[in-house]
Amino acid sequence: MSIKGTLLPFSALKFLGKKPHTVRYPYQKKKTAERYRGFHYNDIEECIGCGTCATICQNEAIDMIQIEGIEAKKGDSGLRPRVDNGRCCWCGLCVEMCPTGSLSLTDQYLHTSSDPESYLLVPGVDHPEFAEHLSFVKDDEVRLLDLARVPMKELDPQERVKSFAEVVVGYMQEEARREATRCIDCGICVTACPDHMHIPEYIGAIADADDELALKYIYDNNPMPEMCGKVCTRQCETVCAIGHLGEPIAIRWLKRYATEQFPDPAAVLNPTIAPANGKKVGIVGAGPAGLSAGYYLALRGFDVTIYEALPKAGGMTFAGIPKYRFPMDSLDKQIGYMEKIGVKIKYNTRVGKDITFQEIRKNNDATFIGIGFHVPYKLGISGEDLQNSIQAIEFLRTINLGGNVYVGKKAVVIGGGNVAIDAARVARRLGAEVTILYRRRVQDMPADWEEIEAAEDEGVEIIPQGIPLEIIGEDGKVKAVKYGMAEMVPDPRGGRPRPKLIEGNEHIMETDTIIGAIGQEADYSFLPEDLKEELKIERGRVVVNEFKQTSIPDVFAGGDNVNRTMDAISAIADGVKAVEGITHYLMDE
Amino acid sequence: MAALLTKEKETTLYLGPQHPGITGNMMVELKLTGDTIQRAKTHVGYLHRAFEKLMEERLWMQCFPIVCRICVPEPDPNEENLARAIEEIEGREVPERAQYIRVLMLELARITAYLMWMGGQSGSMGLYTMPQWSIGDRDYILDLFEELTGGRVYHMYIWAGGVRRDLPVGFKDRVRKVMDYIESRLVDYDRLLFENAIFLKRAQGIGIIDKEKALEWGVVGPPLRGCGIAHDVRKDEPYEVYDQLDFELITHEGNDVYSRAMVRRKEIEQSIHIIRQVLDKMPSGPIHNPGPNPLKWKVPAGDAYVRTESARGEFGYYVVSDGSLKPRRVHVRGPAYVHGIALLEHLLQGANVADVSFIMNSLGTCPPEIER
Repeated sequence: MSIKGTLLPFSALKFLGKKPHTVRYPYQKKKTAERYRGFHYNDIEECIGCGTCATICQNEAIDMIQIEGIEAKKGDSGLRPRVDNGRCCWCGLCVEMCPTGSLSLTDQYLHTSSDPESYLLVPGVDHPEFAEHLSFVKDDEVRLLDLARVPMKELDPQERVKSFAEVVVGYMQEEARREATRCIDCGICVTACPDHMHIPEYIGAIADADDELALKYIYDNNPMPEMCGKVCTRQCETVCAIGHLGEPIAIRWLKRYATEQFPDPAAVLNPTIAPANGKKVGIVGAGPAGLSAGYYLALRGFDVTIYEALPKAGGMTFAGIPKYRFPMDSLDKQIGYMEKIGVKIKYNTRVGKDITFQEIRKNNDATFIGIGFHVPYKLGISGEDLQNSIQAIEFLRTINLGGNVYVGKKAVVIGGGNVAIDAARVARRLGAEVTILYRRRVQDMPADWEEIEAAEDEGVEIIPQGIPLEIIGEDGKVKAVKYGMAEMVPDPRGGRPRPKLIEGNEHIMETDTIIGAIGQEADYSFLPEDLKEELKIERGRVVVNEFKQTSIPDVFAGGDNVNRTMDAISAIADGVKAVEGITHYLMDE
Repeated sequence: MAALLTKEKETTLYLGPQHPGITGNMMVELKLTGDTIQRAKTHVGYLHRAFEKLMEERLWMQCFPIVCRICVPEPDPNEENLARAIEEIEGREVPERAQYIRVLMLELARITAYLMWMGGQSGSMGLYTMPQWSIGDRDYILDLFEELTGGRVYHMYIWAGGVRRDLPVGFKDRVRKVMDYIESRLVDYDRLLFENAIFLKRAQGIGIIDKEKALEWGVVGPPLRGCGIAHDVRKDEPYEVYDQLDFELITHEGNDVYSRAMVRRKEIEQSIHIIRQVLDKMPSGPIHNPGPNPLKWKVPAGDAYVRTESARGEFGYYVVSDGSLKPRRVHVRGPAYVHGIALLEHLLQGANVADVSFIMNSLGTCPPEIER
């Protein structure tokens, strides 16, 4: 044993005079690092209850519960995460995955109790003061969720105004899978969809490269995905959880992708058609509502006949939507499939003229009214009856039926809805310079923002806050339009701001055509007088119950002439609901 | 009376599952005559949490919070291994800065593991001043971990594609400061432990590994380098950015507890040296190459074996993917399995009962790593 080795350890004696660390400093609570991962905090106002935190938690420490004061609404499940801090391992994956950024970890870490229940905390509700202690928060540099949408290829604006070729190209297989992979399966979209389609399921199937399964999920409650995949108003995307911090999943384009993979849906779906049950259903109008009701009724063994005034089915989706958005072959494919499974459509049959409503009622056990809104509102200004002052709905219908309409070199479209944009873009394709005159601001336009952008790309000029005052004519034809500028004033009833005409700020714009597009209503003239009194109609819409049954028990109704959302998917939802109602009415006796 | 003198009675001694030899719970059943061990049998299973099986039921991303628990004193090689195995199957690139940060983490973790070992090694021979010092100093590195990752012991920081967060402002300076401090403390450590006459007497010639057999048995890490065999994954099969860093492989002749201790002692200096280089050379740039949405993340079908030089030796992960959302199989090759069971049982034959914990500690036995 060396002397050195024996003596050296005694050098530790130099610390003898030094007090231990714990005594040297006064007691103080540990100051945690800036990124410390302690108890959770959740901004419950930001949170939408999507449950992604609960899904990613590998300890199953998070469950979603209902809490007082938070109601389920569109885009919010009404649930909030509750964390079992006895299970949590503070990995923070919930924070990284939170699509709204509402969830964080705090620098709080002390909790002692013999009561196991006390370890169950609802972040943000229990200990709201933790809001002042956020430490481990979402990092903008490092993301697990893919926030950028796979871009959709479109025809060049210069090219597309030359024809009615479809503008949107559609996803390729790889693009669709990549886009579908972004979805976090939260299902917030399902509640926003009027038809409650199985969105996470079909997106999941596309991500899993099982397009057939995707199509089956889609057709489960929507027989018109060809159309919805192209022109749906996609309320689902407006609430998409990913849309809170990034671009929402392209749900519509994915549906479109799924339908485009199969030229004949029947070959994939191979639907089971129930044996005929002997009951007959007559449907007025082959629009989305009537077709949806017809399709599912036919599958259930009903004998379905649809009466359509126009030579083509599709209702407004045929007559109102321009072909560059929804081409004829897609519509034909869809209608062809429906007829294949037994839906009978009588074309060129206007109810009230070619056949009476009473006759349909007499021949069928139940009737469905899905006539839509095809009568335009008048502008209500002088000069409206001049030649070349036309209505957008009629203009689009004529063009879609293959007719010609004079638009001249310059057209002015009045209105800000999808119909106005459609009319403007069609007029543009017919060679006119087009201006849209809208009385509110651009951000107030009810039209789809993508449509507005596309119209602008194609050279359509938008004059917001312009109120038409008079159409000026010459030789009985439209010559110009006089409009006044408006300022926005708050709505006393709390609605969106209203335009108020500014006195003296008037302009005159020369034009060859005026296209009115300020809304439509239904035409109930086909109803016999006695029924008009019996059928309860309020503010132009037929009143129905949950199952779309009207005040007359054997008459059901759906579509624009019933709901206020007035889009194709709501019409489809009405049709699907009416199927339940009609089945219940006719079969459960 | 004559019989008693010629043939001593064999007794059975159960050491553990709680004892100072290791970090974790494990029992050794000893057959003794007097205080000499005739046979030793290890009993494990006290910490079994079925990590490998659990991962087969988890999404790929959910595996990262699990793997770090496979080794408490040094969790980072687990995270790095799993991440690198996945990256290898996927062919995913990792930004260079992230690779530097990973090396920084791994080397800091190595120092914490050695400081922990130092405490255990001295504690098992009754030198209780050492653990007070080394575990206290280890906390300064844990402070760095907390600052960088948000967690002190389990970091859950390295994941597929890079790391989770970038260095905070001024972090490099604080790392340098802690490194300078640890380096200055080495003098004290040497005087108290590595040059301590009692330690030399206890450690030299104890727990001798047969050099000829060492490779055959699968001995790795400091125990292997303590046999004078130059084997270090960082040099043999450089991963991350180890090939861009300058360091010498450390070996020590002697095959005993002392030589293993000296390898570790020198490797603390080596790690400090590596960390300083990492801080100097670290480029700027991104720290994460993101993959798909974790909820729909499918790793392409394939398999990969990756290895890391952990503080206890070569640490390997064999990951198999069948192309689905969850791993088909994750197999962990922990050095403690080799060292802590077969080698330990062998080394204990003929050893003194007082040396059991001492030898065990010199092998870096870590039970959670045995029971994956």
